Amino acid sequence: MTMIFGVPLAVFMGQLLLGLINGAFYALLSLGLAVIFGLLKIVNFAHGAMYMLGAFATLLGMRYLGINYWAALLLAPLFVGLLGMLIERVLLRRIGHLDHLYGLLLTFGLALIFEGTLVNFFGVSGARYPTPEALQGGYQTGFMFLPKYRAWVLLAALVVCFATWYIIERTRLGAYLRAGTENPALMQAFGVNVPLLVTLTYGFGVALAAFAGVLAAPLYPVSPTMGSNLLIVVFAVVVIGGMGSILGAIVTGLAMGLIEGLTKVYYPEAANTVIFLVMILVLLLRPAGLFGKEA
Amino acid sequence: MATTQTMTPSMKRERRANLRRNAFYLALIAIGLVAPFFAYPVFLMKVLCFALFACAFNLLLGYAGLLSFGHAAFLATGGYVTGYLLASYPALTPELGILIGTAAALVLGAAFGALSIRRQGIYFAMVTLALAQLMFFFYIQAPFTGGEDGLHGVPRGHLFGVISLRSNLAMYYFVFAIFLFGFALIQRAVHSPFGQVLKAIRENEPRAVSLGYNTDAYKLVAFILSAGLAGLAGSTKTVVFQLASLTDAHWHMSGEVILMTLLGGVGTLFGPVVGAGLVVSLQHMLAQSPLGNWVGPILGVIFVVCVLSFRSGIVGEAMKMYRKNFK
Repeated sequence: MTMIFGVPLAVFMGQLLLGLINGAFYALLSLGLAVIFGLLKIVNFAHGAMYMLGAFATLLGMRYLGINYWAALLLAPLFVGLLGMLIERVLLRRIGHLDHLYGLLLTFGLALIFEGTLVNFFGVSGARYPTPEALQGGYQTGFMFLPKYRAWVLLAALVVCFATWYIIERTRLGAYLRAGTENPALMQAFGVNVPLLVTLTYGFGVALAAFAGVLAAPLYPVSPTMGSNLLIVVFAVVVIGGMGSILGAIVTGLAMGLIEGLTKVYYPEAANTVIFLVMILVLLLRPAGLFGKEA
Repeated sequence: MATTQTMTPSMKRERRANLRRNAFYLALIAIGLVAPFFAYPVFLMKVLCFALFACAFNLLLGYAGLLSFGHAAFLATGGYVTGYLLASYPALTPELGILIGTAAALVLGAAFGALSIRRQGIYFAMVTLALAQLMFFFYIQAPFTGGEDGLHGVPRGHLFGVISLRSNLAMYYFVFAIFLFGFALIQRAVHSPFGQVLKAIRENEPRAVSLGYNTDAYKLVAFILSAGLAGLAGSTKTVVFQLASLTDAHWHMSGEVILMTLLGGVGTLFGPVVGAGLVVSLQHMLAQSPLGNWVGPILGVIFVVCVLSFRSGIVGEAMKMYRKNFK
């Protein structure tokens, strides 16, 4: 059997794939955070809760409404996105003029509310929902077994990431968004409806998180606390990459997932912490972050 | 008398204000001394520990304008180090255990502070949160913390090797003395030139830099002081409750201390004390009511309400009202 530094190739590749999938989730979540931060200048602490709500919406929709996986992939982000727009209109808008730390605190409170409420109804142990039939099984490649669902998650996450990048960097709407990030007052003066743009942006950002939640659910148990622990890792990823660049967020997310996967192969004890250690290293060597600009 | 003749009206006013303030402090200390005869001492000790924790946190947020989302790490470090030492070395007296626990938090604070002040604002909060999570995972895996179970049966021991702390009343006065020490230290720091520079940094950091202040050094000292006092609170709490657990290291704890400070009043000396008292009482009451499982969401709602319409907190709002109506 082929070995890579004392580890069988199949195990090595398997962990690498898992790492890449985790990285795709980091990328999707940090992308949403970056998009929201760009226009609203707040760090959305409720992002993990939105990811979790995406997974729960799918689980409950399948259980009680008979929605299938493919419909949920569309409906859950839509539902969470609408919820996000409501939150933006009713709550976040009212503190827009304040120090941005208040946005962090407000969304932290929201995360506590969502998480705590669902814990009361569903406990913390979590449930799983089945992998859709079309994506069961897998491919036997020469060196490893590739489960279909994992391949699909990776593909879907990457497509959505790059579609987001395309929308923001190459379309008219994206141009508005980037201009709004630079100078919202001037945009407003040019007749662009900035408040609407802000609402849509927040909705879109959290919909990305919910989309990641739907993808994650057949892989990880669906539980109310699934989002918050992930979110703290994503924060570290964001610190590493900096929130200035869309492509930077995607690349950093994937890279951190890979590093985590590699750590799982060679030194599993540190798998939980390696991203935080990378963050410390980046803070020491390049305080502004890999893709960040010095503020 | 010569002194009274040379006093100007403004000096007189200042002297009266000082007298008033001293009387106020003395009254509070008196209340603290008789409190254990009217309320359950263990509950009071819990309030005092969290009040000290919140005061330490407030030093950073309220006076230096730095929002740390990772203060649980220092609380837990103080608690674990003190708990482990007191449980493993019976000869060690509690005050030494607490001292070493505090020193450990101080050292961790120096390391984390040096890292996190390299970024500002929102990033500072995220860095501290991530560093605290690193400590959380470390404490889950470290051999001396008891992992998920935590440390139990930490002996209270004899203060200075003489006074038994087994009785809750003796323990209470020890905790009260520690709290007063911590509070006095913060009060002194805030009103010193050091505290003035911190406020200047909070209001406008570039300007403080242009005036020649090494703002990073000031922020670091404030961070270390705050971390050390948070560690002191954690160490004391471990001796009181004779246990140290992962609850103290969890990010929920970092959130709770923010809530206490926000609810009581950010940047006021007494706000964190009032906030800690309220949040601990609330948790205590909810735990015994049918709403026991709803503590998290209820704290979340208080968070949202505070941020939306009560940003000065209770003490801050009270001071605003006092100024409006009596001055």
